[in-house]
Amino acid sequence: MRRLMRADPKGVLTGVHSLNGNQACVEGALAAGCRFLAAYPIVPAIEAWEWFLERAKDVGATFIQMEDEISALAAVLGASWTGKRSMTITSGPGFSLMMEHLGLAVMLETPCVIVDVQRVGPSIGTPDRPAQGDMMQARWGSHGDYEIIALSPSSPQEMFDFTIKAFNLSERYRVPVMVMADREVAHRKEEVVIPPPSEIMVEPRRYYRGAKSRYLPFKRDRDFVPPMVDIGDGYRFHVTGLTHDDRGYPIMTEECQEYNVHPLVRKIRRYVDEIVQVQEADTEDAEVVIISYGAPSRAALKAMGEARRSGVKVGSLKLVTVWPFPDKRVAELAKKVKAFVVPEMNYGQMVLEVERCSHGRANVVFVPYEEKGFEDDLLSAIRKVCQEKKVREGIIQYHG
Amino acid sequence: MTVLKAVKSRVKHPMDNLLRMDRIPHIWCPGCGIGIAVSAFAAALDKAKIDLDKVAIVSGIGCTGRVAGYVKIDSFHTTHGRAIAFATGIKLGNPEIKVVVFSGDGDLISIGGNHFIHAARRNMDMLVICVNNFIYAMTGGQVAPTTPLKAYATTSPFGCVEPPFNIPYIADSSGAVYVARWTALHVRRLTNSLVEALNKRGFSVVEVISPCAMYYSRINRLGDGLDMMKFYHDNAEIKHGEDTKNLDIGFQTKIIVGKFVDRERPSYLESYNRWLSEMKDGTP
Repeated sequence: MRRLMRADPKGVLTGVHSLNGNQACVEGALAAGCRFLAAYPIVPAIEAWEWFLERAKDVGATFIQMEDEISALAAVLGASWTGKRSMTITSGPGFSLMMEHLGLAVMLETPCVIVDVQRVGPSIGTPDRPAQGDMMQARWGSHGDYEIIALSPSSPQEMFDFTIKAFNLSERYRVPVMVMADREVAHRKEEVVIPPPSEIMVEPRRYYRGAKSRYLPFKRDRDFVPPMVDIGDGYRFHVTGLTHDDRGYPIMTEECQEYNVHPLVRKIRRYVDEIVQVQEADTEDAEVVIISYGAPSRAALKAMGEARRSGVKVGSLKLVTVWPFPDKRVAELAKKVKAFVVPEMNYGQMVLEVERCSHGRANVVFVPYEEKGFEDDLLSAIRKVCQEKKVREGIIQYHG
Repeated sequence: MTVLKAVKSRVKHPMDNLLRMDRIPHIWCPGCGIGIAVSAFAAALDKAKIDLDKVAIVSGIGCTGRVAGYVKIDSFHTTHGRAIAFATGIKLGNPEIKVVVFSGDGDLISIGGNHFIHAARRNMDMLVICVNNFIYAMTGGQVAPTTPLKAYATTSPFGCVEPPFNIPYIADSSGAVYVARWTALHVRRLTNSLVEALNKRGFSVVEVISPCAMYYSRINRLGDGLDMMKFYHDNAEIKHGEDTKNLDIGFQTKIIVGKFVDRERPSYLESYNRWLSEMKDGTP
């Protein structure tokens, strides 16, 4: 059994605070032991690292504003190899630039956390309008085959909690973990409860403890993840973004490609049940389940209550981990419920996953974001889908 | 292979503890200058008496990008052009580490140009060794931002029409505290420069002019690697302290080499730590 350790009290601002999501995210990072942040200025993520800078001197954390988001994530990876928990925080345009080093982080199996405070796009879009348009990019954005972990917070409290979770998952699986926030969550100011350090459990880095001469950077443990060493510890190791063997040496054969890349996928897929987390409410007797993540979850819970009061049995499945997607649970529910209703601040991304996992057994309704908010549209979608006599093909979108 | 094994078992090369002998033979072509630059670097590490456990080397992509894979210290072969950015993270993560970036002209000055000038501006504590062979060799001989005017490359079939970058001038004007240039055959002087640069605080750049015997040489009909090395060496003029403005390299023209910049300026870490202690004291 792997032991968790208590958080370093230096980074934990115990108490009840009024924080916006960006600030709460930084508090979560510091509590999780993050001591390095590299970033590039972007709206609406800017408050996060201003807050980090404010706190850095007390905590002993290092900060650098890099020349772009490409170098920001590159610096994060370099710092992570010195043993420092490291993160970057950005928004859509910067997230796009980071895809290059997301791939390198996957290939070098480097723990790090990337926070994406999503805003509308494509391209520059509108810097301070919230969106959830980067969800598929988070999964598929970098080239080549890999598995990834991403979480989606819906409140400042969750920004705090999920950032800690992100660091823990990142160290556990040696994979970059993304916190897919949005402007709505990042700028919302709410009460955030930060527990005492003794109650915050942190995943320690997986260090190699054997003989120096026998260290192989990519030799996997029984649980499929290779233990690490820090730069400067005298292991004199080599790692490369090229297809490599256990020594970290480039071997560009088909066999090595399989030997190298298959575990990158397997180390996540094998533990998918441990990684995947959802929050369910009233799904036992539900006929309709709202599947949501991030800021729209707030409207989803309200709509659920409203619908229940009017006599429709509605439940809620809120995604904590958006990637990996909770395939199994959605498939199970699809056998029981009439329909899934999926609100998203985009033109339909995670709803594709819901439709895939429902295997044609339940209707899937997509509810896009509109200026007036989700709630009314959700209620009307729930009412309409209840009248459907059979399962319709594809994703349903009611108009008007 | 068997001969190599036999030789290995009998003789221990003085650089055995600095090189990953299990990766030899290396990928570089006969007549390439990168190997010479690597051995000069290894000799410099030895001469500078640096604890090898506390040095990290980062390379980007390309022929010179492979250097990190052959040097037996903590070594990182990263993405194209981003070695300096990755190295910045290492230096800030653990300031005790001596960080060296070893890469080519295309990697550092083209795709990585932005990181190069910003690291120089910050005076980030690292040594950058840039092997300049005037061409993209790994991908088969495309024109580079260092290809001299009129020189041929596969993507400049009528001769290069773009003026090249003068690497020492960029480094100097961006704020580097140590800038030198040597050709591959100036081994002793190159080694001495690397020793000096390794002991320097802040951003140091050493450019090594190297022949590409496979692509640059063939397409421009410049003979074999040794011919080119000799040509560069014999046409080099040592001018220490020369104004970096005057260091342009034309097609098969004179090459000015030497140590051009050696100055003091607070390094990034010095400035950062001062700021940190002032903030803590509350004395802005």
